Amino acid sequence: MKLNGESPKIGVYICECGINISATVNVEKVVEYARTLPNVTVSRYYKYMCSDPGQALIKKDIKELGVDRVVVASCSPRMHEPTFRAVLEDAGLNPYCFEMANIREHCSWAHAHEKEKATEKAKDLVRMAVAKAKLLRPLEKKEVPVIRTALVIGGGISGIQAALEVANKGIKTYLVERSPSIGGRMAQLDKTFPTLDCSACILTPKMVDVARHPDIELLTYSIVEKVDGYIGNFKVTVRKKARYVDIDKCVGCGRCAEACRLKGRVDDEFNENLGKRSAIYVPFPQAVPLKYTIDPNKCIYLKTGKCGEFPPCKKACEANAINHEQKDEVVELDVGTIIVATGYDLFDPTEKPEYGYGKSNRVITGLEFERLVSSSGPTGGHIEIDGKEPKKVVFIQCVGSRDRKGNEYCSRVCCMYTAKHAHLVREKVRGAELTVYYTDVRAFGKGFEEFYNRVKDEGISYMRRELDDPIEVVEKDGKVVVKADGHPDIEADLVVLATAIIQRKDIGGLAKVLRISQGADRFFLEVHPKLRPMDTATRGIFLAGCCQGPKDIPDTVAQASGAAARAAIPILHGKIDLDPQTSEVIDKNCDGCAYCIDPCPYKALTLIEYMRDGAIKKTVEANEALCQGCGVCQATCPKQGIIVRGFTLEQISAMVQALLGVT
Amino acid sequence: MTKKEEKVIEMDEKGDFEPKILGFLCNWCSYAGADLAGVSRYQYPPNVQCIRVMCSSRVDPMWILKALTDGADGVLIAGCHPGDCHYVEGNYRTRRRIAALKKILENYGLSDRVFLEWVSASEGKKFAEVITKVTNAIKELGPNPYKKRWEI
Repeated sequence: MKLNGESPKIGVYICECGINISATVNVEKVVEYARTLPNVTVSRYYKYMCSDPGQALIKKDIKELGVDRVVVASCSPRMHEPTFRAVLEDAGLNPYCFEMANIREHCSWAHAHEKEKATEKAKDLVRMAVAKAKLLRPLEKKEVPVIRTALVIGGGISGIQAALEVANKGIKTYLVERSPSIGGRMAQLDKTFPTLDCSACILTPKMVDVARHPDIELLTYSIVEKVDGYIGNFKVTVRKKARYVDIDKCVGCGRCAEACRLKGRVDDEFNENLGKRSAIYVPFPQAVPLKYTIDPNKCIYLKTGKCGEFPPCKKACEANAINHEQKDEVVELDVGTIIVATGYDLFDPTEKPEYGYGKSNRVITGLEFERLVSSSGPTGGHIEIDGKEPKKVVFIQCVGSRDRKGNEYCSRVCCMYTAKHAHLVREKVRGAELTVYYTDVRAFGKGFEEFYNRVKDEGISYMRRELDDPIEVVEKDGKVVVKADGHPDIEADLVVLATAIIQRKDIGGLAKVLRISQGADRFFLEVHPKLRPMDTATRGIFLAGCCQGPKDIPDTVAQASGAAARAAIPILHGKIDLDPQTSEVIDKNCDGCAYCIDPCPYKALTLIEYMRDGAIKKTVEANEALCQGCGVCQATCPKQGIIVRGFTLEQISAMVQALLGVT
Repeated sequence: MTKKEEKVIEMDEKGDFEPKILGFLCNWCSYAGADLAGVSRYQYPPNVQCIRVMCSSRVDPMWILKALTDGADGVLIAGCHPGDCHYVEGNYRTRRRIAALKKILENYGLSDRVFLEWVSASEGKKFAEVITKVTNAIKELGPNPYKKRWEI
């Protein structure tokens, strides 16, 4: 490839983006202006620069006019930088001889009513890009091998689906789940809308598939503590918490739980604390793995060092699996890509005291209702409160969602699960009076509207209320009275709140460990809401399920399969290009002061000594594979001894000077 | 003349002043936030020209000083919220560095012309608000006095 060293030939291409840019920015004027800039050989505009004919224009100029630096003024580089880099590569030019000016997101769209000023701004942006382009140097991509394993964090339906899909491609997959069993929220559900198939019946076979899969290694009761490295070569530290039970010996017979002195006295989280368990437990009978775990916060022996004469669980265990001395184990996993499938929490309705949750046991959340109606739940599936079937049930929707002062988003599943709940009460409690307070019924999915119509036809009364209208639930004479503005008071036996899906309350730690961002709604942020809904901004880390936003089961499964496909691509390729825009030590400037070493978050820099001209020369060495190109070293160095390629001191200075008209 | 009238005259005198402000946006949060502002069609003044850098921590204080001495009316540095840095802790360094720089700039009366803001990738609206706020603040301050001095 030939490059015109000191006098580069720059081609400037202005995109109209249909009318997205040209309706505000006078594109022809910008083209004319670009022609006057130093080193600009050619300047053109086109309707859609990213389209095939647009790309062909650039390629033609590279070949015929010898253009060796390209500036495209169009949308955000976050959108099309890779597209145009590929164009340069196709035409035989180094892809890093490219610079983009963002005149759409940062200009035409943001200044739609100030055409002249927007045109001037576009000129400024083009001038700055040209100034940088002049100083761009070709860079060589570095290829590194990708480790042929994947990690899935979270063992709910999304994590299960993702792990199975990755493993079915013949890729070794670790599935890390923090609770003692996989299954997640879906295992807690009774029936699933709109088909009413039994949740456990469709989930448990998949759980078993995971356990049996030769390419899946399951790490339950384990926490991801640390993630180092980069796409293709992540190093993940996982803490396998002590179960105090040897899982190789435990056969899951349950005699220990029978013998436990706290049997029937410990709140059971799986049943949303509606039932009781022992201090040694499996979350639910179909747990995978079916291995017991001792709850260290409850177990008398673990808390006091003594439990009667001899711990009864230990006495009862014929397999000799119980080991109160067991310690946490820390393991390191090397993986190529990571899928995050950490699921969701439910909105805590005590934050809205008007709903009376926590004051009366007759006000429950949607998930509590699931356990109450489930045949594996604490009542064996009989809907009862204080031992009696409720005859009047009120459902209240949008609790903790669509709230402009709180979670503004729609939680997406509540309309349908409320319809399902109402249907289940209708089915199980003869002659029950059922009322749903709703604001808008959002029955958008396949079969949803049909299901909603069916439920309405079952004699369930849907009453509309505005979200801002006052509503109050108060306890009165062993019942709960629902006072909704504009509606007659209802004396109910049971109130079910359609509580919203929210991001896991304790997700902040994992977000930091993974270096992935959260949106204003706290859900993990995808790179592009439409075209890259499973990718995070950190290469090699993908999202599946409700950690990205509220979803029903079909959408979760679809996204998990998609994330699995995305995560498998680099692994199946076997190698990946690393961005060459990383740090480079300028040995003649570096005097080995080592100021840059401490700020580097990736420990990519080391101080070395070598012999030069008969004397010891100290200098810093940069590890290209570890460096992520943040550039903190460059800003720290007082001697211009280290730069980051593609963002060098001169390149950025040239942009600053171009903006201010200094030459 | 009442205070209000004084204000009006001052605004009129400065009415023609279109400041030139330089922005450094980190790639992961603030640049993405600026993209989102555009996609969402939030409107803001066209006075801030932004340079994309990978991390706010790589904004060399020299660039800021150079921009101010070369006549920029203001400089904005925007990065991820503390704790959310894509590079773990870069923005903490930015925060310390800019605080130190502003201390030095106080001596030259330039410290009010440097702004450090946190804008996440989901805060398009906030980005538009920040640009509006910064532009208005600089309009209030008037042109960079050093620019005039150089011109003479």
